[in-house]
Amino acid sequence: MKKVYVKEEVCVGCRLCEVYCITSHSKYKDVLKAYKLEPQRPTPRIVIEENRPVSFSLQCRHCDDAPCVKSCITGAMRKDPLTGVVTCDTDKCVGCWTCVLVCEFGAIIRDVNNKVASKCDLCAEAGEPACVKNCPNEALVYSEGGISV
Amino acid sequence: MRIVIIGNSVAMVGAVEAIRKYDTSSEIVVISDETYHVYSRPLISYYLGNLVSEEKMIYREKDFYRKNKVETVFGIKAISIDERKKEVHLENGDSISFDKLLIATGGKPIIPPVEGLNKKNVHTFIKMDDAKKLKEAAKPGSKAVIVGGGLIGFKAAEGLHHLGVDVTIVELADRILSTILDAEGASLVSQSLQNDGIKIITGTTVDKIIGDEYVKGVLLKNGKELEADNLIIAIGVVPNVDVVRNTSISINRGILVDNTMKTSVEDVYAAGDVAEGYDMLVESNRVVPIWPNAYMQGEIAGYNMIGINKSFKGIFPMNSIGYKNTNMITAGITNPQQEEFEIISKIDHNRKYYKKFVVKENRLVGFILINDIDRAGLFTGFIKNETDITPFKKYLLNDDFGFIYLPKKLRKAKMLDLEVV
Amino acid sequence: MSLSYLTPEFKVLRDYDKCINCKVCMRQCSFEVHSYDEHLDKMISNDMNCVNCQRCVVLCPTQALTIIKHPQTFKEHANWTYDAIRDIYRQAETGGVLLSSMGNDRPYPVYWDKMVINASQVTNPSIDPLREPMELRVYIGRKPDKIEIDENLNVKTKMPPQLKLETPIMFSAMSYGSISYNAHAALARAAEELGILYNTGEGGLHKDFRKYGKNTIVQVASGRFGVDREYLNTAAAIEIKIGQGAKPGIGGHLPGEKVSEDISATRMIPPGSDAISPAPHHDIYSIEDLAQLIYSLKEATDYQKPVGVKIAAVNNVAAIASGIARAGADYIAIDGFRGGTGAAPKRIRDNVGIPIEFAIAAVDARLRSEGIRHTISLVAAGSIRNSADIVKAIALGADAVYIATAALIALGCHMCQKCHTGKCNWGIATQDPNLVKRLNPEIGYKRLVNLVQAWSHEIKEMLGGMGINDIESLKGNRLMLRGIGMTQKELDILGILAAGE
Repeated sequence: MKKVYVKEEVCVGCRLCEVYCITSHSKYKDVLKAYKLEPQRPTPRIVIEENRPVSFSLQCRHCDDAPCVKSCITGAMRKDPLTGVVTCDTDKCVGCWTCVLVCEFGAIIRDVNNKVASKCDLCAEAGEPACVKNCPNEALVYSEGGISV
Repeated sequence: MRIVIIGNSVAMVGAVEAIRKYDTSSEIVVISDETYHVYSRPLISYYLGNLVSEEKMIYREKDFYRKNKVETVFGIKAISIDERKKEVHLENGDSISFDKLLIATGGKPIIPPVEGLNKKNVHTFIKMDDAKKLKEAAKPGSKAVIVGGGLIGFKAAEGLHHLGVDVTIVELADRILSTILDAEGASLVSQSLQNDGIKIITGTTVDKIIGDEYVKGVLLKNGKELEADNLIIAIGVVPNVDVVRNTSISINRGILVDNTMKTSVEDVYAAGDVAEGYDMLVESNRVVPIWPNAYMQGEIAGYNMIGINKSFKGIFPMNSIGYKNTNMITAGITNPQQEEFEIISKIDHNRKYYKKFVVKENRLVGFILINDIDRAGLFTGFIKNETDITPFKKYLLNDDFGFIYLPKKLRKAKMLDLEVV
Repeated sequence: MSLSYLTPEFKVLRDYDKCINCKVCMRQCSFEVHSYDEHLDKMISNDMNCVNCQRCVVLCPTQALTIIKHPQTFKEHANWTYDAIRDIYRQAETGGVLLSSMGNDRPYPVYWDKMVINASQVTNPSIDPLREPMELRVYIGRKPDKIEIDENLNVKTKMPPQLKLETPIMFSAMSYGSISYNAHAALARAAEELGILYNTGEGGLHKDFRKYGKNTIVQVASGRFGVDREYLNTAAAIEIKIGQGAKPGIGGHLPGEKVSEDISATRMIPPGSDAISPAPHHDIYSIEDLAQLIYSLKEATDYQKPVGVKIAAVNNVAAIASGIARAGADYIAIDGFRGGTGAAPKRIRDNVGIPIEFAIAAVDARLRSEGIRHTISLVAAGSIRNSADIVKAIALGADAVYIATAALIALGCHMCQKCHTGKCNWGIATQDPNLVKRLNPEIGYKRLVNLVQAWSHEIKEMLGGMGINDIESLKGNRLMLRGIGMTQKELDILGILAAGE
C-alpha cells in the first residue's frame, strides 16, 4: 500500500506538515479557521523529530501485521482489509495507551484533551495526505513500497 | 473440518480472524459459559467507574459471529475433553466433536484460604458479571477493601473511586503493582492514589472476613481491623486449566504450548491466559496473562490449525495502565536484583516523571515509564527486535528520544521500509 | 558597546489576523528575525536582522507576512543618499572593508535594454519554430583555418577538441564553498539533462560529481584548489580563471571556518585552513606565461580537451582577448561588471569593470579584424537575465553565454545579497547543514532544466522571427540589433545602428 515516507536529507524542519495535518483534521479544513476558530484544534497526527541538523516527520506505517490493532483492548483500532489503512475509532477508544506501548515506530499520538489515540489516517477523506501535499521541499513522499535514497 | 474453540474472548477473536483470512469453509464452534457477545475484559474497570457503557464494551461488531460463520454455544460450560475421541463434553451432557481444538479459557481468580469467604459482597473482578455485581453493591459513600494491589486491584480501585466509594487497598508486598513497578515507581503511583483518598496498606493481608450474612469488615494479619461493605479479592489470576484436567495434555502452571501454540497433544492448541508459552526474555515458558499476547497467540493458533505454519517469536510482559492522569507503561524485566543488569533511570518529582531502562549485554530487556509515556513503543520494539542499543544508549533518557538518536542507517532502514543490512 | 547608528533596512509587517503562531517563520529564519513571545502569546520580529530574503514570506501558510523597505528616511539629499550615509555608519563602526554579494546593484545603464531585435516582414519570411527545424546547437572550441574533405565527404582536417552544447547556455563558475553541495548537485544534473555544461568554479570537484564529468568544466584558478591530473581529465573542458566580473583584479578568501571536511577534501587543503586565491596567478605575468599554463593543461589532458580562459571585462579587454587567442586558448569567457559573486568588497563590485555588452562587441570586432575570430570561441557572462539578453549577446558576437545569477534565482535565490554571511536561507550560498538541505536537488535541477528549456524556446521564437533557423547564423549578426537612446559612440562600439537607421 502507499505510505508516507520522509527523505530526511531535505526535510527543512519547518513543521508545515504539522500545520497542515491539524488543518486537514479540523472542522473547517482551512489553516486560518482551524487555528483561529477552533478553541481546541486537533492534535497533530504526526511525530516530528529534530536534532539539528537532522529533522523529519514520521507517520503511521500502517503495518501489515499491525501490533496496535492486535493489542487494542477495545477493538477501536482497526485495519481496513481493503485499503490497509489503520484507523482508530475514537468513539470506542478509551485512552488506555496500549497502542502507544506496542507501536514500534512511536507513531501513535496521545490526544490528551480527548483521551483518545490519534494517528495518521493518510487523510483518507482528502485522498492525499496533507503533509505530503504541503511539504515545501518534497521531503515527504506518498509512495508504494519504500523509497530509494 | 470443524474447529472448536473453548473461550469467547480475545484469543478466540485472534484465532477466528486468522482462520477466516484463508479458510472460509471450515466450521468454527465457540463454546463459552458466559452469554455475552465478545467483550473487552480490560474494560470492566471502566464500566465499573461509569467511564464506558455496556454497549461500548463489545470488542468486535455485533455481526462478528455471523460474518465469520461462527457457531456459538454460549451459557454452557465445557467441562472436559476426550482427546482420543476428539470430543469436548459440556456440562449439559452434550458432546461436540472437533478436528482441531483451541483452548482459550483464560484465567481464574486466585482465592486465598481465609475464613468468611461465603459472605455476601465478597467479589472477584475479572469478568463482566463480576463488574455488574460489584457495581450494584458498591454505593457512593460505602467502604470497599481490595485485597491485592496488583493490576486488577489497581483498576478496581480506580473504578470504585469513580463511584464515590471509600477504597482501601491491602497488599501483601511492600508496594502496589509489585510485578511491574519498582519501589520508586510504585511510590510515585501510590501518591496519586493517596491524593485522591485511596488508602494503601502494604506488608499485610486479610486474615479473616468479618460480618454475618454480609461483609462488615476484615481483620488483617497485622491485627488491624478495617470496615468494609464490599471486599474485592484481587490477588491475581491463575490459568483456568480445569477443562484439561484428567487428560494427557501437559500442564505446568498453564497449558504448555510450543511456538505454534500446539499443546502436547496433536490437534489441540491453547492460547491466551491459559497457555504457558515462550517468554523471550526469561527464555523459557511462562504464562503472560496480557491482552495483546492473547490475541497474538490466538492468531498463531488459528493459522496453524488450518495448516498455515506460523510461529510465535515469543512474548514478554508489557502493560499500559493508568489511574486518572497518572499513566504508566512497563515492559519486560523491570526490577531485576541481579548485578548482570544495568539500570539507567531518571526521576522527576516535580513533573512526577519516572523513566527506567533495564539493559543486559547491550540489549534492552525492560523499562518503566511513568507519565512520560509517549513513544514507549520504540523501547518495546528494541526489546522485541533485540536491537543492539550501544550506539544510542546514552540518549535513552532524553525527553525527545526518538529515531533521531539512532544511527542513520538503522533509522532509515526502519523508517523507509528498507532491508537492514 | 556604544550605540549603533544603523536602523533597520526592512520592516516585517505581520498581519496578526492571519498569524497562527505556527512558528514556521521562526524556524526558517537563519538571521533570527522572528521569535515567539510567551508573555504576549505572539510572534514578534526583529526588523534589524531582516535581509529581505523572503523565506518566511514564501513559507508562511497564511500569507501573514510582508517585508517592505523600511520607511525610515534621512533628510532627502541627492548626493548624500541613504546608502552613502549608512555605509559610512557601518565603516565607522567596524573599520572594515564593506562586503557585499551578488552583482553590481548600482543604477548604471543596462545596455541590453537599449538594444532591440529585428524581425522579418514581407520581403524575407519569418520561420515558425514549431513547424520547421530550428538549430540551437553550438560547438565551443578552436575551429581550423580551413576544412578539407575527402572524396567520401569525410572531414580530413583534424578537428581541435570541441564542446557540444544543445543550447548556447552554460552554468557559470560557482565554487563548492561559495555555494552548497546541493546547489552543485542541481547544476550538474541539470547540465547533464540539458546537454550543456556547468562549471565547478575554483573550489575543486566533489567526488560525488565526477560522474557528471562530460558536462563539467573544471576551473584552474590562482589558488589551484583541487587541481590534479584526475580532476583535469574527469572534465570535458578546463578553464583558467584569471578574473571575475564582480571583482576584477582582486583575489578571493574562503574563511577557514567554512572549510569543512568535505570542502577540504574537495579543495585539497587542510580542514579549517583559509582558502586564499591570490589576486594574480603567481606564475602568470605575461601572455607567454598564460600560454605556458594553457599548454601545460593540454599536455596533462593529452590535447583532448578544450582549455578556456576566463577574464573580467575591463578597459583593454579586446587586446587582452587577442593575446589569449594567440596564447592557444580554445575559448575565452568574458565576465561583465554585473557578474555575481559569493563575496566581494562592495566598492570593487560597484565600481570596477565594464559592461559585458561593450566587452563582447569590442572583442568580437577586434578578433575579426585580426582574422583570428575562428581560432577561439567567445562566451559572454555577467548578468544574462533572460533569453533576449542571450539573443543580443550572440548577435553582438558571442558563441554562447554563461548564466549563474539567473540559475541561482531559479533555485530560489531572492537577491538579498547576503551570500557572504553564509546564512543563505534558501540553501544556496551556505555550508550550514541546517540550511543546505533546504535546497532539494531533485526540485532544483528540474527548475534549472525548466528555465533553460523555456529560454531555448524563446530563443527559437526570436530566431524564427528574424527568419533565421540556426543560432550560428545569428552570431555577430549585428544588423539584427538596433540601439535606442544611446550616444553615437556607444552605438559605434556596439557596432550597431540606431533604431530607424
